[in-house]
Amino acid sequence: MDFALTEPQELIRKEVAALARTFSLDYWLEKDRRHDYPWEFVKAFAAGGWLGMIIPEPYGGSGLGVTEAALMLGEICAAGAGTSGASPIHFYMFPPMPVIKHGSESLKQRYLPKIPTGEIVMSFGVTEPNAGTDTSRIQTFAERKGDRFVVNGRKVWNTNARQATHMLLLARTAPRDPAKPFRGLTLFFTPFDRSKITVREIEKLGRAAVDSNEIFIDGLEIPADDVVGDVGQGFYHLLDSLNPERVLTAIEAVGIGRAALERATQYAKERVVFDRPIGQNQAIAHPLAMAWAKLETAELMCLKAAWLFDNGKPCGAESNTAKLMAAEAGFEACDVALQTHGGYGYAKEFHVERLWREIRLYKIAPVSQQMVLNYLSEHVLGLPKSY
Amino acid sequence: MKILVAIKQVPDTATQVKIAGDGRSIETAGITWIVSPYDEFAVEEALRIKEKRGQGEVVAVTLGPERAKEALRSCLAMGADRAIHVNDPAFNDADTLTTARALAAVVKQEQPGLVLVGRQAIDDDMGAVGGQLAEVLGWPCAYWIMEETIDADGQTVKAARQVEGGLEVFDVPLPAVLAAQKGLNEPRYPTLKGIMGAKKKEIKDVKAGDLGLGADAPQLSITKLEALPPRPPGRIIDGDIATAVKELVRSLREDAKAI
Ligand SMILES: Cc1cc2nc3c(=O)[nH]c(=O)nc-3n(C[C@H](O)[C@H](O)[C@H](O)COP(=O)(O)OP(=O)(O)OC[C@H]3O[C@@H](n4cnc5c(N)ncnc54)[C@H](O)[C@@H]3O)c2cc1C
Repeated sequence: MDFALTEPQELIRKEVAALARTFSLDYWLEKDRRHDYPWEFVKAFAAGGWLGMIIPEPYGGSGLGVTEAALMLGEICAAGAGTSGASPIHFYMFPPMPVIKHGSESLKQRYLPKIPTGEIVMSFGVTEPNAGTDTSRIQTFAERKGDRFVVNGRKVWNTNARQATHMLLLARTAPRDPAKPFRGLTLFFTPFDRSKITVREIEKLGRAAVDSNEIFIDGLEIPADDVVGDVGQGFYHLLDSLNPERVLTAIEAVGIGRAALERATQYAKERVVFDRPIGQNQAIAHPLAMAWAKLETAELMCLKAAWLFDNGKPCGAESNTAKLMAAEAGFEACDVALQTHGGYGYAKEFHVERLWREIRLYKIAPVSQQMVLNYLSEHVLGLPKSY
Repeated sequence: MKILVAIKQVPDTATQVKIAGDGRSIETAGITWIVSPYDEFAVEEALRIKEKRGQGEVVAVTLGPERAKEALRSCLAMGADRAIHVNDPAFNDADTLTTARALAAVVKQEQPGLVLVGRQAIDDDMGAVGGQLAEVLGWPCAYWIMEETIDADGQTVKAARQVEGGLEVFDVPLPAVLAAQKGLNEPRYPTLKGIMGAKKKEIKDVKAGDLGLGADAPQLSITKLEALPPRPPGRIIDGDIATAVKELVRSLREDAKAI
């Protein structure tokens, strides 16, 4: 067994941390306050070639795996950028995955080279208001008309839709067959045609800098060339990228927890009450120490799942567990960090407040804690399916 | 033009330095190591010279223990073409002169047209190796460089040095040693491709014997390190303003002897 990172992995970690830390906590506070997309940050990462991390070398990327992407996103979050910084970058790691794995050569050549440069900005359209977690019940329909598909429907929580040039879209191409509910879904990677898509932003608890939206698709025409993989097999193509998404969001949660813990630890050393630094009280110190231990443990699970994926091994249980434990550990760390700051934790200028709002997302998306436990009950423990 | 950049691996600037049990070195466990920031200016400048001239080679060199390879790898990730690691336990107690002699031996083998160094390493702040290296080689040397321009045929360099209130400009014949000051440039961050490319670049390990050097006893050795005494706590002077001001003046004069 070998837990060591390779030399390039160590360097990735160090250099991402250095680059991400050139964007101050005040930068993120301001972005959050003004609902302003962090373009400067995205451009800095594009300039360094970081957006091409998982894009294969022939298409201008670096052809690396989920492990490296995880190290990068973890460091971005640990630098204090939080979800505000991780989400825009995360979209360069995850929506392209099905295109890389299942896309036709024509699709790859048209789109992949524009990803590392940041020319393409992606959004990801799966969730629907009337389907929720039960993806087989999505209603957005793509009807075949000659060499194209015409799409009508509605998506919700479409992150990045205000900025997107392209979208990875899951739509029905055949009615739902209760015997095979996940068949008849098709995946498209296609330009975000604003003449046919209306975007309405959702006001939300955290990450105001990066928009999430309801989108209304009305007669969107997609050339058949933009189908990813096989018609009717879209859900299965998507599955390949859901485990990586879980691992990547999990390590983001670990990173956010670390950013909060770093600030809280510093504060606990400096803040003197009753003639002693508050960190001298075990009631303050122990929760911080526990948060550290839980973050370390969650990170181990993230890296194990990433390693399994990159080595072509099954990683469903591990990816789900990583996401479950990291969301808990990250939330606990942010909450403890806020408590450590006392009243100042509630003030925006101490930054933990933003992290605390942002971390809450990870218990809900990309998959809820309950659905992870459903997965583990059914697929790992072999208990009967409850729903 | 071939440019050699001598760099040193040092503790990260944020490190809380602790004195080790032997009382004459620092505790290295848990330290994050970086390329000394002034050396990064030197690496960046070498890369810019190469880019501007459209040809050349940048070679990073360090003398240090095994872990110093990471620092060389960072230089390779920034864009240096290859690296040389003077890595021999014989140099464990090397002082600045021993280091300069070893680097000079590397320079003699490599024969670069220019050597760049940082104006000092931020760990022991000696600021001596560059000058001693030039002296051993019999080359000219300019320190605290804020600007440089090499002429088209690579014979001389115009180097501007920071002095109080302005710049002092030298025409220096090449080969020479230049020591970088902050402000010379803004070092680049390695790109992902740079990092991935770095692992394919050569880092050559060199021993004292390869350089024709014996193990000289260092001329300088550290006998003791002492931490700064903790700052005494501040004092709040109570009372109404008139009495407090009187007490403050008395205390500044008599206790602190500041006025
Ligand atoms: C900020 C944000 C950004 C997002 N970005 C995107 C995006 O870019 N693209 C995209 O496609 N989606 C996105 N999502 C959607 C996200 O993936 C979903 O919100 C999530 O999958 C849950 O779906 P839902 O909100 O419809 O919840 P529902 O399915 O309505 O579930 C409601 C609650 O019931 C629980 N529940 C439901 N069924 C069961 C069951 N059988 N057993 C136990 N508990 C159950 C759920 O766990 C949840 O707690 C985003 C969400 C948020 C909040």
